[in-house]
Amino acid sequence: MTVTTATATTATATTATATTATVPTSDVDPFSHEVLEDPLPMHAELRDAGPVVLLSRHDVFAMARYDEVHAALVDWQGFQSAAGVGMSNFRYEEPWRPPSLLLEADPPRHDAPRRVLQKVLGPRALRRLHERWRADAEALVDEVLAAGTEFDAVPALTSVFPLRVFPDAVGIGQEGRENLLPYGDHAFNAFGPSNDLVAKGAPRVAELSGWVAAQCRREALAPEGFGADIWAASDRGDITPEMAPLVVRSLLTAGVDTTVHGLSAVLYAFATHPDQWARLRSDPSLSRVAFDEAVRWESPVQTFFRTATTDVRIGDTVVPEGRKILMFLAAANRDPRRWADPDAFDLFRDPSGHVGFGMGIHQCVGQHVARLEAESLLTALARRVRTIELAGPTVRHHNNTLRAWESIPVRMTPA
Amino acid sequence: MTVTTPAVAPAGADVATLRVVGKQVQAEGVLTLDLAAPSGGRLRDWTPGSHVDLVLPNGLTRQYSLCGDRFDPTTYRVGVLLEPESRGGSAYVHRELAVGDVVGIGGPRNNFPLVPADTYLFVAGGIGITPLLPMVRQAEMLGADWRLLYGGRTRRSMAFLDELSAHGERVLVRPQDETGLLDLAGFLGGPRPGVRVYSCGPAPLLAAMEAACAEWPPYTLRTERFVAADGGAPARTAPFEVELARTGTTVTVDPGSTVLEALDRVGVEVLSSCRRGVCGTCETTVLAGRPDHRDALLDDDERAAGDCMYVCVSRSLDDRLVLDL
Repeated sequence: MTVTTATATTATATTATATTATVPTSDVDPFSHEVLEDPLPMHAELRDAGPVVLLSRHDVFAMARYDEVHAALVDWQGFQSAAGVGMSNFRYEEPWRPPSLLLEADPPRHDAPRRVLQKVLGPRALRRLHERWRADAEALVDEVLAAGTEFDAVPALTSVFPLRVFPDAVGIGQEGRENLLPYGDHAFNAFGPSNDLVAKGAPRVAELSGWVAAQCRREALAPEGFGADIWAASDRGDITPEMAPLVVRSLLTAGVDTTVHGLSAVLYAFATHPDQWARLRSDPSLSRVAFDEAVRWESPVQTFFRTATTDVRIGDTVVPEGRKILMFLAAANRDPRRWADPDAFDLFRDPSGHVGFGMGIHQCVGQHVARLEAESLLTALARRVRTIELAGPTVRHHNNTLRAWESIPVRMTPA
Repeated sequence: MTVTTPAVAPAGADVATLRVVGKQVQAEGVLTLDLAAPSGGRLRDWTPGSHVDLVLPNGLTRQYSLCGDRFDPTTYRVGVLLEPESRGGSAYVHRELAVGDVVGIGGPRNNFPLVPADTYLFVAGGIGITPLLPMVRQAEMLGADWRLLYGGRTRRSMAFLDELSAHGERVLVRPQDETGLLDLAGFLGGPRPGVRVYSCGPAPLLAAMEAACAEWPPYTLRTERFVAADGGAPARTAPFEVELARTGTTVTVDPGSTVLEALDRVGVEVLSSCRRGVCGTCETTVLAGRPDHRDALLDDDERAAGDCMYVCVSRSLDDRLVLDL
């Protein structure tokens, strides 16, 4: 990729008043297969290029340093989400689905759905799941180890576990759960440009969206669970009955692929860092820290866009009102300006403050669910598995937004 | 307009204290305080209906509704009525508290959120206008159908009339010495769906509202009661001790640092994220002692239970807290 510092005149008609600024420009395509396979060198180049960079290929701005990404994420007034958090600008383009009431909304419309979901998925609400999920994780690990100690961790553990416990917690039926991962995969691809990854998912969009919408109806949901809790909130008038299915949809879109890839990230990290695994085994209470460190290190959600609500100065550059800015959460999470030895996966580090779950009013509302899933699975593994190592070549899964694994062959030694 | 992105949000103790940057008389016996972080950075986000705890320099804690502009990320505004029988809260704010003074802050928390509706009817009594003011602005922004009935003792005692006058006929101003008691039935009309009624004011008004809305669909009426009573023990300004039940360590927390920071100093790592009492990541179980909750998460029942706290911002009312760490 080429990074040049050009004197760029800002591009759109609305920017007549914006100053001509010296903005570092890069022709890299963050959504190319080459970059998706290994985005780390690009992250480093973009961080070093400046606090904000113009990506000429897509004519969008980008931020890759921790301080700027963090500041923009919390500044919902200056960097809005309602124009879409993908490359598509909802001010000018029709969204591919009815926009999310959470992810793709700004205050004040964002307030009520967020408040409801935050309570439904809050740490106190999850207490009733602790014991059940711990038992589920232990049962799964026993099952897997009984079948053999060499296996592919993605289908055997990291995708199975969320798909077992989370849809149950939401309260959707057993049938069709295999649709959740491809639906989520497409939704996260759709935040990028309309490239081959989006085209790949297009033929099934109508079918999968229809299936998901059907699961969000009140009558399709179990009488107890996150879904029922959301509908109960609509009975109290905290959200409208029209909002309820879309809030349930957010759970099904954002709650599956992300945790699968987060669990894959932490499993891969341990398979390649035996000393860290030994440390977790000696103190399983580190499992929460371990998961957050893996989320920092790997950033399962790599990027989200924001849209400038006004001409915003970042360093020496003015990002004009209405322009899209790509936030590299992943690059911020390995910014050496913020993190010592950022490329190390290290349980001695305090990963607090990473932006892998975002930050501010849109911070992942399911983060406590993800942590509980991870804690359950890691605790069960720590108790039963002495060593984890790679047993063959790993395969990445490419997605415009997610950092994911298709396959992680592992060999585990039972304790 | 060009804005410059603010620096990274300050963490820890800085979000627990605010400086008085403005004090203005709004009506007879009513003033507003403007509060900002000493660093000038972003404050915790809030929604209409929210209140904050102010820990006054005299040690008393009082709750006030936020009545400023949520789109201004660096300033809070609260309205304070001088209570004739003040036991040191409002009298202190009116007579002693000055621009430049530093106050402790808890929240914002919202027990009175504005839920989605096509039509809002707002009924304010006296200083009860404060939480409704941001609701009115928001209803206007959302393009909802809304009206406000605003009562007070006298016109001179009623704050924010200038701002409200811009809304014309949507706002009915009804000073008691001019027009008598509020005509609630006339203002509300007959029971109908799709309406949310929000009311804040003195207890007799709220009782009258309950009666007036008795025939309306459930969950139509939402009220916020002013709690004049003090919330309990005054906030500590002295250091306190935190005992860690699992490790047996005890650590002292000075007024200038957070529990999270104190734990970190003795090598006890508690995972956190926002460090502003908003996200809930650092929830820690409390085994003994009463936490001084400063977060924006727990509702009143959960706070009263005292069985957990967010160590990034919350502190202790007692000399000693015992945590499950």
